[in-house]
Amino acid sequence: MTEQTAPVLELRGLRKRFGDTEVLRGIDLVVHKHEVICVIGASGSGKSTLLKTVNLLEGIDDGQVLLQGDDVSDPRVDVDATRARIGVVFQQFNLFPHMRVLDNVTLASRRVHGVGRAEAEATARRLLERIGLADFADAYPDRLSGGQQQRVAIVRAIASDPELLLLDEVTSALDPQLVGEVLDLVTELKQQGSTILMTTHEMHFARGVADRIVFLHQGEVVEQGAPAAVLDTPQHPALREFLARVHA
Amino acid sequence: MTGPAGAGTPVVAPAPSQVERERQLYRRQRGRRSVVVSVVSTLVVVVAAYFGVVNTPGWAAVQQSFFDPQVAWASLPDILLGLWLNVRILFSASIGVAVFGTLLAVVRGLRSPVAFPLRMLATGYTDLFRGLPLIIVLYLVGFGLPGLGVFPRLAPEFWGTIAIVLTYSSYVAEVLRAGMEAVHPSQRLAARSLGLSHAQTLRLVVLPQAIRKVTPALMNDFVSMQKDVGLVSILGAVDAVRSAQIAQAEQTNFTPYLVAGLLFVLISLPLIRVTDAIARRQQRREQIGGAV
Repeated sequence: MTEQTAPVLELRGLRKRFGDTEVLRGIDLVVHKHEVICVIGASGSGKSTLLKTVNLLEGIDDGQVLLQGDDVSDPRVDVDATRARIGVVFQQFNLFPHMRVLDNVTLASRRVHGVGRAEAEATARRLLERIGLADFADAYPDRLSGGQQQRVAIVRAIASDPELLLLDEVTSALDPQLVGEVLDLVTELKQQGSTILMTTHEMHFARGVADRIVFLHQGEVVEQGAPAAVLDTPQHPALREFLARVHA
Repeated sequence: MTGPAGAGTPVVAPAPSQVERERQLYRRQRGRRSVVVSVVSTLVVVVAAYFGVVNTPGWAAVQQSFFDPQVAWASLPDILLGLWLNVRILFSASIGVAVFGTLLAVVRGLRSPVAFPLRMLATGYTDLFRGLPLIIVLYLVGFGLPGLGVFPRLAPEFWGTIAIVLTYSSYVAEVLRAGMEAVHPSQRLAARSLGLSHAQTLRLVVLPQAIRKVTPALMNDFVSMQKDVGLVSILGAVDAVRSAQIAQAEQTNFTPYLVAGLLFVLISLPLIRVTDAIARRQQRREQIGGAV
């Protein structure tokens, strides 16, 4: 498989155990360039674990993770270098409270990617400008609302142009009226061609933005496809039950 | 696990794939190599250090005056007897420090304006005793207080214990206070919202969490106190250090000091291991799973 045709991310037979429980039972998943994939499923279905294994924040017990065709689950591959190619946004934002917003955003560019301060800060300010938070560049994260913090966290993740963006329940910790501003930003990223693998509970949003929806059930992908197909004509009984509960 | 689709029913793990087997093999090989490298490099350093010391021009004389096995054996009974005094002082002092240190920390944490003088007093106390060298406190307490002429005649180890409690309480108070401040304010809110009083909140919610957070620091202070207990010898108490000093004078050989030193290390080892174990357990609890 050459670099040209390789998908951005390919998971092959991914398995993960915690003690005696197998949380991921052979996941196969392909994410192509510019695709937005929404992973849905009940809590405990392995969604978050799946995302963590992709950038090796969680070790795997079997299977392979291929990033642009490179087997990054090979122990010979430098994990830090792999993680530097992937942007991650967490449910709880995880901004560094002891750094200004600007320093949060420029940290990886300057310390990992070796970009000069002036250039990194110019990029960061431009990105903050775009999300309407330029005025907060010199503020500390605790001055920001949850929605603002999460948008900064997204900007931090994309500041060094990752090949893939992982979003883990990025709106779950937010007040309902703040969810929109974060989802709007994700939609904008899609329009700009980002490749995104995300978990979400926002079915309406998933329908609007996802190229494909993947339903995870007891550690397995039991159904996937175009949003309309998955959400409107679910085949698997577990998916039907899940959708019934979510819409209730 | 929650929800209808609670995942993770226990299953028999399938046989690992070819890729996984290769990875495991590679990890094992790399693990073995790291062990070999660390063992060899440790040996090299130890051997080099040993020969470096042994080949110094004065080694023979030093060996005779510091590492004489006969002197060591002869002085051991008296030093052990002295060590028993150190252990008893340590026991009493620990209780004193726990009580007094906690009191100081709580007083420093009081918020009400009424407590202002108390708070200032506690702050002044910790400032003073953290800055004052223990030896000077020992002299002041051990020779000064009896000199006032109001106390009955008391053994030097009693005054030594008091001096150690005074000094170490100020350290422990600061550690505890840092721990109490590290407990998130929402915990106080939650406790008070249940109707618990300020004192109950402190005792039942804040302090238990604070102590857990600062256990490694407290253990560190304890180990440090364990050896500083040896300083009561300067007041004339016949503890391990003093016994060693006597033996040294009799035999004109420094080996007894080495014996006393090793005994101090020996009694501190179990606690140091316990501290490590506690720290590890806490770390595990706070980082469940995760590779980083």
